[in-house]
Amino acid sequence: MLELKNISFTRNNKKILNNINLTLDNDKFYVITGPNGSGKSTLAKIIMGLEKPDTGKIYLNGEDITNKTISERAKLGLGYAFQQPVQFKGITVYDLLKLSTNKKELTKKEACNILSKVGLCAMEYVDREVNKSLSGGELKRIEIATVMAKKPYLAIFDEPEAGIDLWSFQNLTEVFKEISNNSNTTTLVISHQERILNIADEIIIISKGEIEDQGAKEKLFDQIMNPKKCCKGGTPCE
Amino acid sequence: MNKEDETLLREVIGEDVTSSDSYNIRKNGKLVERKVNPNINIVTKEDNSGIDIYVKENTLFGTVNIPVIITESGLTDVVYNDFHIGKNANIIIVAGCGITNNGHWDARHDGIHRFYLEEGAKVKYIERHCGLGVGDGKRILNPVTEINMKKASYMVMDTTQIKGVDDTIRTTKANLESDATLIVTEKILTSKDQVAKTNFIVELNGENASTHVTSRSVATEKSYQEFVSNVTGNTKSYAHVECDAIIKEEGQVKAVPEIFAKNVEANLVHEAAIGKIAGEQLMKLMSLGLTEKEAEEVIIEGFLK
Ligand SMILES: Nc1ncnc2c1ncn2[C@@H]1O[C@H](COP(=O)(O)OP(=O)(O)OP(=O)(O)O)[C@@H](O)[C@H]1O
Ligand SMILES: [Mg+2]
Repeated sequence: MLELKNISFTRNNKKILNNINLTLDNDKFYVITGPNGSGKSTLAKIIMGLEKPDTGKIYLNGEDITNKTISERAKLGLGYAFQQPVQFKGITVYDLLKLSTNKKELTKKEACNILSKVGLCAMEYVDREVNKSLSGGELKRIEIATVMAKKPYLAIFDEPEAGIDLWSFQNLTEVFKEISNNSNTTTLVISHQERILNIADEIIIISKGEIEDQGAKEKLFDQIMNPKKCCKGGTPCE
Repeated sequence: MNKEDETLLREVIGEDVTSSDSYNIRKNGKLVERKVNPNINIVTKEDNSGIDIYVKENTLFGTVNIPVIITESGLTDVVYNDFHIGKNANIIIVAGCGITNNGHWDARHDGIHRFYLEEGAKVKYIERHCGLGVGDGKRILNPVTEINMKKASYMVMDTTQIKGVDDTIRTTKANLESDATLIVTEKILTSKDQVAKTNFIVELNGENASTHVTSRSVATEKSYQEFVSNVTGNTKSYAHVECDAIIKEEGQVKAVPEIFAKNVEANLVHEAAIGKIAGEQLMKLMSLGLTEKEAEEVIIEGFLK
């Protein structure tokens, strides 16, 4: 169980997150959605330790992890697939997967199995360097694969669907479903995609750095898909 | 040769020296062992200042190992190695120098390697440098490489200096005739108060001559590196020079790019980037469970691979 208490984060006089309180239970699949720039990625980075909140506390199963480093959180079972995948010079996909699984003796075959989950025709990719020679969608899938390979206790995926073609995307939702069915793990996906929202247990809507709404998918899904407010011809209508 | 020499040799060549078709082992300025074959001949120069290596035309898949080791403190060794590569020959040359200095005096090796590639010759040249030993005398290496490339010849040069060399000035000069291609990859890691300077001077003289130079370097602690490249396109030609450096602690790197197009058809590109390890790279690896130090090591090892 992960608890965020009164998390605030201000940069350049802008309140990016304002007093966030959130509890994530085990065994659940959460989807965070909300407008661009509303603070979703910032929240994910704060959970993983990439950013430090100005105020507030983070608890993992009751233990205060607010001051723990990224590495320590990773060892406690947190994982984060970046919105913008990081590139490296001279580090191959296989190297990264070996590091993710923490298995020095990870075989190429095992690495390939992980890659095929994210729809990469594996043998072609294991020895490629994780650099700009890979396409945007390929980098994104490799990023997702590194987190899946780690089998975290709490996995955060930041817009995993971005840049991934429709056909593969279908398979990806299957994989997320599979992960969410694994017991005793929590999955948190940041997404704008209907199909991902649709497999959520709970949806969290973030707007302007605050949690605007949170609840079961059944309750929030329709609300998001058919907003009461719309802007036809510039005039709001209820 | 003793056990220590063999370790040093292996460090330089990366495998058993004597496993290749031909070789010439030099220790403390003297010839220790040599092997030649009908296609590859090695001859000591008359004034004893070095060797000539002759590779017959059309020789296919030959290998030559030319290691130099120095184990005497206070020794300065200057040697000229001239490689004459016949038409359409295809050959791998591994050269390099290892210095073990356990004494107080500086030990120094200046290797001057001159390459003469005839038409259509293909050379893969691997050069490794390392310094070992516990003495406070310096380990100094100043390799000079001169490359003369005839029409449609092709050369790949890989140089690596990863360990323990205190002072180095590396100079590489090349002249390329038409359709010749030169690909250079250089990797340097410096630490403590080591100094490494690299000069690349390439003249693209013939039509469609091209060169691609990649330098990857890491300067740590109080070390200093300088990368100077100077490429001239005298005709329709192509060059791409890339200098990529990571700095740590008080390490310093200076890159001086010079490209000179003397013909409207010359297409010359220079890219240089110097900086510390990107924070997001560290964060990504840490999020996989590595400590910051482990993450740094993985990034640097990959960068210099
Ligand atoms: N370190 C920082 N310094 C200054 N501004 C920041 C910093 N980090 C985030 N921001 C700003 O905070 C806001 C929220 O950013 P964040 O990346 O969390 O948005 P997001 O909800 O993930 O958006 P998107 O849907 O576009 O990915 C943005 O306006 C961003 O420019
Ligand atoms: Mg975001």
